[in-house]
Amino acid sequence: MLKPVLFGFKCLPTRLAQGLLAAAVVIFGTSAAFAADEQPAAGAAAASGDVPLSQFIDQQIRQGWADNEIEPSAAATDEEWIRRVYLDLVGRIPTLVEVKAFLDDENPRKRALVVDALLEHEDYVRNFTTIWTNNCIGRGTPQRVSRTGMEKFFREAFAKNRPWNEIVVELVTASGHFEENGAVNYILAQMQMPDDGVQLTAMTTRLFLGLQVQCTQCHNHPFNKWQQDQFWEFNSFFRQVGKEDHRKLDPKTGRQVDDYSEVVWQDFSGPVFFEKRSGVMQVAFPRFQGREVDPGPEVDRRAELAKLITEPAENGAPQLAQAMVNRMWSHFFGYGFTRPVDDMGPHNPASHPELLDRLAREFVAADYDVKSLIRWIVNSESYGLSSQFGEKNKVDDPAAGEMPLFSHMYLKSMQAEQMYDSLIVASNAHQSGNGNWSAQEEQRRRWMQQFVVAFENDENDETTTFNGTIPQALMMMNSELIEKACSVDRGSFLFEEMSSPGNEAQKIGDLYLAALSRKPTKVELAKMQKALGKYGPSKLQGYQDLFWALLNSNEFVFIH
Amino acid sequence: MALWNHYGMNRRHFMQHLATAAATVPAMNFLSHVQANADVLKSNQKACILMWMGGGPPTIDIWDLKPESKNGGEFKPIDTAAPGVQISEHMPETAKVFGDLSIVRSMSTREADHGRGRYYMQTAYVPNPTVVHPTFGSVVSYELGRNRKALEIPAFVSVGGGSGQAGFLGMTHAPFVVDSSGRIRNEPSEEGKKRLGARLTMLEEIESNFMNSRRGELPRAHKDVYRNAVNLMTSRQMAAFDVAKADPGLGLEAESDAMKDAYGRNGFGQGLLMARRLVQVGVPFVEVNMGGWDLHAGVFDTLKNQRLPQLDKGIAAITADLKARGMLDNTVLVWMGEFGRTPRINQDVGRDHWAASWSVMMGGGGLKNGQAVGATDKDGIQIADGSKAYLPGDIWATVAHAMGIPVSTVHTSKRGRPMKLANGGTPIQELIG
Repeated sequence: MLKPVLFGFKCLPTRLAQGLLAAAVVIFGTSAAFAADEQPAAGAAAASGDVPLSQFIDQQIRQGWADNEIEPSAAATDEEWIRRVYLDLVGRIPTLVEVKAFLDDENPRKRALVVDALLEHEDYVRNFTTIWTNNCIGRGTPQRVSRTGMEKFFREAFAKNRPWNEIVVELVTASGHFEENGAVNYILAQMQMPDDGVQLTAMTTRLFLGLQVQCTQCHNHPFNKWQQDQFWEFNSFFRQVGKEDHRKLDPKTGRQVDDYSEVVWQDFSGPVFFEKRSGVMQVAFPRFQGREVDPGPEVDRRAELAKLITEPAENGAPQLAQAMVNRMWSHFFGYGFTRPVDDMGPHNPASHPELLDRLAREFVAADYDVKSLIRWIVNSESYGLSSQFGEKNKVDDPAAGEMPLFSHMYLKSMQAEQMYDSLIVASNAHQSGNGNWSAQEEQRRRWMQQFVVAFENDENDETTTFNGTIPQALMMMNSELIEKACSVDRGSFLFEEMSSPGNEAQKIGDLYLAALSRKPTKVELAKMQKALGKYGPSKLQGYQDLFWALLNSNEFVFIH
Repeated sequence: MALWNHYGMNRRHFMQHLATAAATVPAMNFLSHVQANADVLKSNQKACILMWMGGGPPTIDIWDLKPESKNGGEFKPIDTAAPGVQISEHMPETAKVFGDLSIVRSMSTREADHGRGRYYMQTAYVPNPTVVHPTFGSVVSYELGRNRKALEIPAFVSVGGGSGQAGFLGMTHAPFVVDSSGRIRNEPSEEGKKRLGARLTMLEEIESNFMNSRRGELPRAHKDVYRNAVNLMTSRQMAAFDVAKADPGLGLEAESDAMKDAYGRNGFGQGLLMARRLVQVGVPFVEVNMGGWDLHAGVFDTLKNQRLPQLDKGIAAITADLKARGMLDNTVLVWMGEFGRTPRINQDVGRDHWAASWSVMMGGGGLKNGQAVGATDKDGIQIADGSKAYLPGDIWATVAHAMGIPVSTVHTSKRGRPMKLANGGTPIQELIG
């Protein structure tokens, strides 16, 4: 059943009460205390007798350690954790002020409190808007798509914490002007060629349902349970999607120029036709998960699809919920429960199937509350572990192809946007981090283009060269951005740092904190003081060079 | 001083940096060093230029025409310099140099999705969630690049690409991606070069701590990539990327307008011209990308008016130019996309994805050229009876053979699994003679 579309939080009072009762909070070691008073509906999906969700997550992960005879890493230090959680939640490193405040805070619940605070931070909205805009329309904006419109849609969605099912339903059913209703840009981006909705079918299943079915367009999948007719059945839901590109007269030049684009209704009824490998033509009616929809001309097929994708899948929670849980887990750990994260199904078993299932059911029970899902993951024992591994868990190495056991945090490389925002933060690290992000948006987008490579095909494939190779290293060593970050002009971080009181050791310490969110070790401090001794009396250049080195280090570029 | 070795700088870099730091060192014969390198470079260094046709080219309209079939489309075949080999009428310049090129007409590759097809054709392996296979350029970088001590720029350059990955061979063998203008972004300023030494000293300190902190291989890979970037930044071989630059010591001349025109004033043509320069300075693998082949609609107009004229010019120019310089026998050319396109013409006068029966073009490299290997049936929908079907591994095994890389080479994945070069493919007998 399609729930009524509402804006904002949906915390049903009874659920909340259950959640509070269920929040028999378990704290493992020094990992996060659970913010019980902030937990809407955690545990709501559990049958009576089930362990509370937070405990269940840790139990399931621990079971994997026991089964594989490994021991987890120690809990992350505050320094390691604060940097990680900022990058993952708000898409940038913490400022010097933010790091100091956290390290000085003696509240035993401070980690959970930071998580709560960051989820209400404007940069949380910005970060997830960036991620989902990239997911939906790519980094190089396709023809006749409004990036502004798409960003506006997600900004509102994440700011109001709209339920995920509502967000997806709106994306899939959207119609209208690409700036007035930004949601349509998802569809417009998949309509770059007249392809009868093939790309829209492939992308919708992959992105929102975690199913890779593009191969079944032409033939039955060799491993996947999807068959060719299922592809076309799903596709038939999108045959009423039309697109209109409007042009207008430019009064200055007297020429016709691009105006807006819109998604419009297109009459379509009956089946779609497709060709089997054998050359035989077949028909496919709108059908999903065995539920068929009236193929008549009066029926709005996308509205019907919206109802069907929120219904339970044969293996439990709706595939929509499973896919988001998997994707979100992967966002925080670098690996999801399946690899790749958007190819789920019996042919590709999940690493922790029961955990995935329970999280998905809880997500549905919490009305697809994205912030709750994030809290469950971030407050888990695993998320709070160090990225340093030991003899007892060195086999837990998904980079080598092993199944992830989440016994330590895995290194993730910063995305280009995270790097940009972090360098901006570093160059203004003395400020409290409430800079004007919207003014940065356009600048960041333009900067981003140097790394985007498009493949010019019907899937709109693209990649970035910001992937740890030489172009990225050159940018980090020589670009204007890094020059600015290391600037000693008035208003810059280094200027402020150098003109405020404090001895050399304190200043070196602040540079480390601003870039790496940690203080230098004694050995590092001694070596850097020695290095600074080689510069002239002002040592200004020395501090610049040190900051350059910190920002160029492997420790900076990795989320650890 | 240890720093320079850590960053793998050669003696020349060492000299430059010391000079700027006003240190006193014994004089070194800088020029003769380069000259000596150039002599080595001019010798028989093997190379491969991959022309990558992103989107999947309709080879039935280019290399394997079916004029008698309902699938044949609008184009007619023409004779080429290779007796008995016909190609599209829109490839007249290429036809003239076809004595040095060959077609493999019986590719059958099964992956008809862009991502999977690209992965399969470039690595010879089908995608597998637990291992990332190296694209063949990375294999060449690993096998040949490592031993080219005089080479200061990356051994695998991709012009306008970015799809390839080094996988288990490590980030240092990833493609260095540039656009067809060859402009390298974020080159260092003079000030930046001056301060590089001091900065790297500090960087070394911070990096090693993190590298030794038990966090896996990535931190070391980061350092290796920086070493390559520093080498690149200060290398004279950078001139290869800039067609306007001459460096006689490296055997590079400023390219004339006539030369640029011959290759074609478009991304593909200029990319190929740059590829020739890169091969001249010793780069063993260059990929040049040409996109826009995903022709689901209006295939013939697009081919005739846009794609084929550029393709024709580019292939003809690189073949003739390499030959004139005596480089063709050492440079193997490969032309392919992720798959071919459906023989059947769809209702939008387009062709869709098709991997069952299509063509790859090869040339140079000392291969037995001027022939078409294998065949498709009369309608182009399957490999002809009696014709051997080839896989991407067979193409890459042929390339390996031409480049002197033992086909029996086995790499080891991070998990310790043995991985055969080119997935155990066999060099195509007709081509290696």
